[in-house]
Order: sequence, then structure tokens, then C-alpha cells
Amino acid sequence: MTADTENKIVVNPKFQRLVKTRQAFAWSMSAIMLIIYFGYILLVAYDKPFLAQKIGGGTTSVGIVVGLGVILSAIVLTAIYVAIANSKFDALAADLKQDLI
Amino acid sequence: MARPTSYARLAAISAILTSGSPVWAAGALEGAVVKQAVNLPAIVMFIAFVALTLYITYRAATATRSASDFYAAGGHVSGLQNGLAIAGDYMSAASFLGISGLVYKSGYDGLIYSIGFLVGWPIVLFLIAEPLRNLGRFTFADVASFRLAQTPVRIMSAIGTLVVVAFYLIAQMVGAGQLIQLLFGLEYLYAVVVVGVLMIIYVAFGGMKATTWVQIIKACLLLFGASIMALMVLIKFNFSPNEMFAAAVKIHPSGDAIMSPGGFVSSPISTISLGVALIFGTAGLPHILMRFFTVQDAKAARKSVLFATGFIGYFYILTFIIGFGAITLLMNDPSFFKINAAGTFDKLTDLIGGPNMPAVALSRALGGSLFFGFISAVAFATILAVVAGLTLSAASAISHDLYASVIAKGRTTEKHEVNISKISAVIIGLIAIYLGYVFEKQNVAFMVGLAFAVAASCNFPVLLMSMMWRGTTTLGAVAGGLLGLVSAVVMVVLSKAVWVTTFGHKEAIFPYDNPALFSMLLAFAGIYVFSTIDRSKRADVDRAAFDAQFVRSETGIGASGAQAH
Repeated sequence: MTADTENKIVVNPKFQRLVKTRQAFAWSMSAIMLIIYFGYILLVAYDKPFLAQKIGGGTTSVGIVVGLGVILSAIVLTAIYVAIANSKFDALAADLKQDLI
Repeated sequence: MARPTSYARLAAISAILTSGSPVWAAGALEGAVVKQAVNLPAIVMFIAFVALTLYITYRAATATRSASDFYAAGGHVSGLQNGLAIAGDYMSAASFLGISGLVYKSGYDGLIYSIGFLVGWPIVLFLIAEPLRNLGRFTFADVASFRLAQTPVRIMSAIGTLVVVAFYLIAQMVGAGQLIQLLFGLEYLYAVVVVGVLMIIYVAFGGMKATTWVQIIKACLLLFGASIMALMVLIKFNFSPNEMFAAAVKIHPSGDAIMSPGGFVSSPISTISLGVALIFGTAGLPHILMRFFTVQDAKAARKSVLFATGFIGYFYILTFIIGFGAITLLMNDPSFFKINAAGTFDKLTDLIGGPNMPAVALSRALGGSLFFGFISAVAFATILAVVAGLTLSAASAISHDLYASVIAKGRTTEKHEVNISKISAVIIGLIAIYLGYVFEKQNVAFMVGLAFAVAASCNFPVLLMSMMWRGTTTLGAVAGGLLGLVSAVVMVVLSKAVWVTTFGHKEAIFPYDNPALFSMLLAFAGIYVFSTIDRSKRADVDRAAFDAQFVRSETGIGASGAQAH
């Protein structure tokens, strides 16, 4: 790839749009994951009674459900990112590559 | 005995759990490991595993021709395969035995701990995986030095890699020796030699292809074995987790306390620092990063993280069920415990084999000696897959970063470079055997925590800043990376695990158990400040080259990489 092509791509509005949307999305998803995790840790540190509550008169505690929820949220966030990247970002990138031919 | 209320003790256990070995290390701390009787079904199944992997290594060796084959399996690994291999690389014996052991002992706290290991994965996907694949070929130093000066950045990245691998590998070797002694009745030294020799063979002959397949097979075996165990536990409770919890609460000495957080988080700063080490350390582990170069493109890299996250998350849910299953099925059965002179036993501390054995003992309770043998063999295979990945990443740092780029300045052939890598793998393996032997009776518990802390404080900041921030210069990356590395190591030395436990001082100078929160921020600040004040000519070159790198990192345009056919 020559310096010319790079310069052309960098100023290409399609490239700028791709980068802007992908990065904004990636950083927001990271922020959501970190907020969920560190929020959970702070809950464990500061509100143990909340997590110790029983659900529906059984033995299972709120903490079990919240903990499993954090595990599932990690998997779900990953899946959402992949789904959107596969459709939206790949399409934007393909469109951009079309322009270069 | 009460559940562990001392945070420091739990933190020590948790630091260990990170990898395969620390768990055993924890066991070792509480007294010598008792060698068990020879476990025949386990040995037979383990030999079958070794035979299969050696056959695969032979096949891989004949198919490994280029440097790309050796370092990156030719880039032909699929997203699903790589996801399994990543899971195989990451789910160590410590996760399996250590976390289920922690659940057995403290219940809910085991869940908190395992969650920390999982949430690093989405971050790897969102911030690292795709640009990494687009920019690199064989090592993460390829990416960090993409637009920066090759020599200093490669040296720094190689040091980061070797330090992380050294601590991780020592912990793994010591853990492996102790585990195998326990499960197979083999002498410690023999056990360490067997592990060392097998990993040398996998890596030196089969390169990344063999290593990948060892990890895939191990991941399948471990997921299969753990699934069967969890299923057998759930069947006993009519698939009602609530019934299982109710039974566990009745039997466990801590009673209902096992259903909620206990002593795990007593100091929020310490816990957050541990969380930072686990999350961002995952994104800076060299053997994990290297796995992303084995797939075709960024899309496949993305897919591998989705599979890996799914498998790892599922696995941690299984270990939680297994831990509770062990409470309900083992604690009332004296045959699993060392009975003292008074004819009684402590449900938490007297389990035969020590604190990491609940999962293995449960396999015997559920499926008899044959299933016990299978689970033991799986635990052994698990260690092998992890050490093979570590060895390959260290050997690559030596041959690809230090030798080819720094010493030979690119004036070498692919063949020669790969040979250097193979020789390095042999030497690393021999050193690992030696260190495993020397450290047998030492406290290695802090080493895995240190490995994650260094990865989070050196490798990760340098990688992220060089990829994402235009302003990063060579000076900034090297100074910031070294600052993170040195501060992480110094803080661990001054913390309780080393300063008090190893050196015998009265009080720790650094008050927290894990330094990552502070050392990682120092690294980012260092990279920012030194890059900003950098007025050298090289700095102008570094900044000017950002656009070209950015185009390739975001689009993959120009990415040749390992997939070149």
C-alpha cells in the first residue's frame, strides 16, 4: 500500500464514518462491561445484605442470580458486538474497499 | 473451623487460582503434599491422551514448513477452533480445581472470583482483538512496534513477555508437580520432568499447530468432563438448583452464609485492584494475544472471542455447580476425609489431598474409580496445554522479536529464525523443569497474580496506546511500559505475599495484595507524559506513521499477516 492510498483512505468520509461508529461502539460496550463488573464488586463490598436476600422463600439468594447475570452479560455483550460488527461494520468496510478499486 | 474471614488468606488463595498452579501452591503452603497410591485408570487415560497428542505433533511437524506455520499455524485455524483453543489456554487446572475448591470451602465467594476471570474477554474483543489481528503477524510486539522504532519497543515487549511467562510458568510447573504427585502417585521430580519434556516436544516439533490441537482437545475433554459432573449433580436434585443449595446449606459448617458474599471483599481497593489485574491482564497475556494471529482475519478473530467467552462462562457456571455438588455429596461421607485421633474430621480442611481436591473427590463419588481416573487425566492434560502455550509465546519472543529483529536486524532467513525458536523452546523447557524443581517447597502463590499484574501494567498499556493514540512515541511506549513493569514487580515485592510471607518482615510496605490498579495507571500516565514531552526526530516519525497504521488496524486493508498463502 502506498502513502497515497493511505492518505486517500484517511480523508474518505466512509472511512471516517466507519472508524467513528466502530470506536464509539467499542468504547461504550467496554464501559458497560466495566460498569457492570465493578458495580457488582462494589455491591459485594458495600451491600452484602441485599445480595443475601432469599428469593421466593427458597435457599437461592439474590447474589446467585446477580452473579450469574454478570456472567451472562459478558456473553451477551460479546454476542451483540459480534452481530453488529458482522453486519454493520463489515458492510461499511466492504463499501469503503469498493471505492478504492 | 470458620470460613476464611481473613482477607489476606483468601487473597493469597485467589491470587493463586489465577493459573493452574497457584492452587496447589496454596495446598503446599498448608503442609506437604501426601503422595497418593498409583492411580491406574488415570495413568492409562493420560497415556492415551499423550499418545494422541504426540501423533498430532508428528503430523503437525511434517506440515510445518514456513515461519507462519510455526508461529501461527499458517493462519488456517477457524474461529470455532481458535475459540476452543483460547478456552483451553485459559481454563487452567487452577480454575477447575481451585475455583471449585473455593466454592466448596466458602460457597458464594468462589463465584465472585471466577467472574473476574471472565469479564476480561469482552474487553479483549471490543478493544484489542481486531486491530491486533490486522496489524500483527506472530507476536504482539509486531503490533506495538508497527510504527515505533523496532529495536527498543521489541526489546521492551520481549521483556514484558518473558517476565509474564516466567512467573506464570514457574507457578504452573510447581502446581503441575504437586497435582500429579497427588493424582497419579508419581514422584514430584518425575512429574515435573514429564510435563517439561512433553511441552518441549509439542512446541519444538509441532509449533503452533500442535499447541493449538493440544489446547482444543484439552478444552473439549475438560468441558465434557465438567458437564457430566454438573449434570450428575443436578440429576440428584431433580434439576432444581434451589434443592441443591438447600441441601448444601444444611451440610456446610458455615450454613446459610455460603449463599452470600463472605470474606472475599473486605478491602474494596484490594478487590478492585485484583479485578483490574484480571481484566486487563487477560488483554495483555502474550500467549493469549498470540492466538489471534492463527486465524484468517479480523472477522475470525472476533468470532473466536465470542466462542471463547461462551465456553469460559459456561465452564465457570459448571465449576460453581461442581463446588456445591461436592459440599452435598462429600461432606457427610467420612471416607473422603482424614480422620483424626478423636475419630472426627473437619469438613473444610481434612479432605484427603487438600483444599484443591473437591472436584476430583466428587468425580469418584459420582462415577467411581474410572470416572475419577478420567477427571485426573483431564486435569493433567489441562496443565500441559497451558504450559505449551506459554512456552511457545516465550520462544517466539526470543526468536522473532529479540533474534530476528534486534540482533540480526532482519538479516536472517525464516528457516533460521524458526530453528532459533525451536532451540529456545528446548532451553525454556529445561529452565522450567529446573525452576519447577527448585521452587517445589517455595511460596509461588503470588506469582500468577504478579504475571497478570505485569501483563496489565506493561503489555496492555503499550499495546492499547500504540494502536489507539496518535501521540504515542517510541520514548513514551518504552518508558511507560518499563515504569508499569518495574512498579508492578516492586509493589508485589513490598506486599504481604513476598515482604511478610517470604522475607519474614513484620509488616507489608505496600498495603494491597495486587498492584495492578496503581501500576497500570502509572504505565498509562508514563506513556502519555513521556510521549507528550518527546521532541525527538523519531517522535515525529512515530506520530506521522499513525494514519497508515490506523487505516490498516481499522479496515484490515494491507494486512498480509499470517494468512498469506
